[in-house]
Amino acid sequence: MSDQITFTIDGVEVKAKPGQTIMQAADDAGIYIPRLCYHPELTAHGSCRVCTVIVNGKPQTACTQPAAEGMIVENDTPELLEHRRNLVDMLFVEGNHLCMFCERSGNCELQAMAYRLGILAPKYPYFYPDKPVDSTHKDIFLELNRCILCGRCVNASKDVDGKGVFDFVGRSIDKKIAVNSDKNLKDTTMAVTDKAAQVCPVGSINKKGTAFKIPYGSDIEHKK
Amino acid sequence: MSNSQTKRVVIEPVTRVEGHGKVSLLLDENNKVKQARFHVVEFRGFERFIQGRPYWEVPVLVQRLCGICPVSHHLAAAKAMDKIVGVDKLTPTAEKMRRLMHYGQMFQSHALHFFHLCSPDLLFGFEADPAIRNIIGVAVKYPDLAVQGVMMRKFGQEIIKATAGKKIHGTGAIPGGINKNLSIEERDAFLKDIKQMYDWSKSALKIAKDYTVQNLEKLKPFASFDSSHLSLIREDGAMDLYHGNLRAIDSTGKKIFDQVDYSKYLDYIVEEVKPWSYMKFPFIKQVGPKDGWYRVGPLARLNTCDFIDTPLAEEARKEFMAVTNGKPNNITMAYHWARMIELLHSIEKINDLLNDKDLQGTDLVIKGQKRYEGVGLIEAPRGTLFHHYKINENDQITMANLIVSTTNNNEAFNRSVQKVAADHIDGVPKITEGLLNHIEVAIRAYDPCLSCATHAMGKMPLKVTLYDYQGNIVDSKTKE
Repeated sequence: MSDQITFTIDGVEVKAKPGQTIMQAADDAGIYIPRLCYHPELTAHGSCRVCTVIVNGKPQTACTQPAAEGMIVENDTPELLEHRRNLVDMLFVEGNHLCMFCERSGNCELQAMAYRLGILAPKYPYFYPDKPVDSTHKDIFLELNRCILCGRCVNASKDVDGKGVFDFVGRSIDKKIAVNSDKNLKDTTMAVTDKAAQVCPVGSINKKGTAFKIPYGSDIEHKK
Repeated sequence: MSNSQTKRVVIEPVTRVEGHGKVSLLLDENNKVKQARFHVVEFRGFERFIQGRPYWEVPVLVQRLCGICPVSHHLAAAKAMDKIVGVDKLTPTAEKMRRLMHYGQMFQSHALHFFHLCSPDLLFGFEADPAIRNIIGVAVKYPDLAVQGVMMRKFGQEIIKATAGKKIHGTGAIPGGINKNLSIEERDAFLKDIKQMYDWSKSALKIAKDYTVQNLEKLKPFASFDSSHLSLIREDGAMDLYHGNLRAIDSTGKKIFDQVDYSKYLDYIVEEVKPWSYMKFPFIKQVGPKDGWYRVGPLARLNTCDFIDTPLAEEARKEFMAVTNGKPNNITMAYHWARMIELLHSIEKINDLLNDKDLQGTDLVIKGQKRYEGVGLIEAPRGTLFHHYKINENDQITMANLIVSTTNNNEAFNRSVQKVAADHIDGVPKITEGLLNHIEVAIRAYDPCLSCATHAMGKMPLKVTLYDYQGNIVDSKTKE
């Protein structure tokens, strides 16, 4: 049996190692599949659905779907682009994303994805949800107005840090991130050196003392 | 109306000012102007909605008050946040980068106001047809001037970009310092154009000066009145637009207070609220609410300072002061002349800074012992700007108080409008085109920025409405 899987993405032949997901194989092949919740060092969560591709005619999340021999994957199509745009549009209005004064502006994966997808203004009405801000931790500022429920902090804290500081509570539109304390983040075992403090794609988990220290225009996402 | 012996005239919108304004004139039974009210009906509410936000966000957040002078808010807030992070003195690179940003801001804002907003009045006269008395009219008749205005503003904006990261709403100043220095390449690009900027600044100053001197007798009474003046001042009495202590003088030049540490401003300044405007009325405590109001901005700064520490601007200041024999100048239209002296001062300061090697330093930020309260003041293009914040133990804002330049000039607007109206409406309760024009010219002298002066929502394009003493509308005119 061959140790390589061959399949196609948008007609381009791609090789994958057994066990690799479509996303991992695409990254190795230099093909970009848009994503938000995916982080290469964490267990794939498949929650944001931005990486949805069409696999043999059916929608699948590329970050969780294993590559298989002969599969035909559609990625860069007008229809998928439109779906992705709608998903990201919804994320913007479901939170309170005020890029104009957010310390992660220019270094935010949600903002970068919006630019990539050509979103310049919100398409849906704002929800203006009432989300908490937790600034009690001496080193970390938790701003849930900007949370997109990607689950990276949940998985990082549980799988890498071995702490389980974060988890989801509630369902559907009421779903949110909570900390494992009756009180605040400062009452958990969270440390600024934790993996969970490094992986937030947006401005929800911020290290105090770092805001706006990188000159405008030299941020990571700007450079991309 | 509560007073049955008055009429009211309302003028709105006021054009060619930043934001929107409305004027009401109350007449008495003899159809003479009893009171003028320059209403500001926008409401923005920044002081309330930043509560709960972390302090480091504030310099970036509050500058959204304005698209014309965001740098002033950015720097005033950053100065307050320096105090919060326990820093009383920045590194030389940080302070000089901020100063460069500020003088770039001053340069572009003054150029914008002079060339685009006020030059039509000066070049065509107050009485000229409004159809040509605008920037398009200037561009047609004086194309070189219009281009100079654009290029000077661009130069200032590029300096802001090089120091703050963006031309509008940058992020350069952070609590305790700055996030970048100036590269040699950036510096040299500015030095290449500096002579041209000097020349254009000098010629703009000449236009403002010649206009004022040639029309002195006409301008002396126009919208003018004796007033106190307030500004920051350097310890040696020099004009300092970035930092200093507070000095207030009365209309004769006598000091009301001097070298006051601005963090104690509440001991000296009180804000009064009036029901017909979102803009508050500050006054000097020791003088009292009736006579304690004052003027800020270029005219006030020229009056309060003992000297200017750049040679060309100092020479111009002496000429300016000679007109009033060294006494404070209370001619409202002299704001334009004073503004152009500051334009020249700004380019001189920019030149000095560009030639200072500290701008290429790498020591950008320092930190001290955290404090829970910070006050930051700066001389913004339109005048003294106050920012005052308190935070809690979790670094969140619990209190914010902003007294912006235009608010400081609030009473002066009303006085100027009343003066102009009284000169026009004398027994005949009618709004003439001349009245509309003259009220606009008077308000514009202050370069008011109404959007940031209010605490504000809504829009207000110049409408004048005239009410008789029984509260009936006698006349109303709108000017787009």
